[in-house]
Amino acid sequence: MAKDGTRNRPLSPHLQIWRWGPHMFVSILHRVTGDGMAFAGLGVLLWWLGALAGGPASYETFSWAMTTPIGYIVLVGISWAFFTHMMSGLRHFVLDVGGGFELKTNKTWSIVSPILGVLATVAFWAILLLR
Amino acid sequence: MGNGTSIGRVRGLGSAKTGVHHWLLQRFTAIGNLLSVLFLAVSILLLPDLTYASVAEWMARPVPAVMMILLVVTTFWHARIGLQVLVEDYVHDHANKFACIAALNLAACGGIAFGAFCVIRLALGAH
Repeated sequence: MAKDGTRNRPLSPHLQIWRWGPHMFVSILHRVTGDGMAFAGLGVLLWWLGALAGGPASYETFSWAMTTPIGYIVLVGISWAFFTHMMSGLRHFVLDVGGGFELKTNKTWSIVSPILGVLATVAFWAILLLR
Repeated sequence: MGNGTSIGRVRGLGSAKTGVHHWLLQRFTAIGNLLSVLFLAVSILLLPDLTYASVAEWMARPVPAVMMILLVVTTFWHARIGLQVLVEDYVHDHANKFACIAALNLAACGGIAFGAFCVIRLALGAH
């Protein structure tokens, strides 16, 4: 159907064509962290809510799973994905109103956003575990 | 599509259609996510511990319960919109694309319904 007319159309260049830069990295990271959270993050969220609604026994099972080494990796991963997606998302809000497109500014915030995401993740877990 | 005026030749061919609405919803739900998930993150840090008793007592309160329901709605909606873009970028066959987006809509609605039900059940004292 659609293929007949579109098969021979030229494709836009994909990832391997471009020279890598921080703006490209932060864009890909935004998609990866967003889609990662859509599956793992929302899955854990529903498990958590379901376990709470199910009562102490089911919450016990959830707590056990989330305090295994794999559970911690998943939770740290989700929190890192959230803070990273949040920082690059805030960057998007600035770009949406037309700001931050100058080459130097764009490059700076492309580098700073994911770093802020990591710092926020470290701060969150430090407060949680050291309180 | 006509072949008369230049506007007549291109009208209806643009990618926009409902794109602006989609784009705006992604931003509105992003703001919702920012507020509700930060509320959850700060609440987790402020709870004395994360045992069943503490968390269940917290979530049964009116403001946390409402915030958690809003969180479920806004995050699933945002994810639905984001994953739709992913599908549109990588699934080119019309039938497969339709199936993916249909499944995505069902999963998102199911997630919202389940999450909201769990919070309401907890808040209205099932235990």
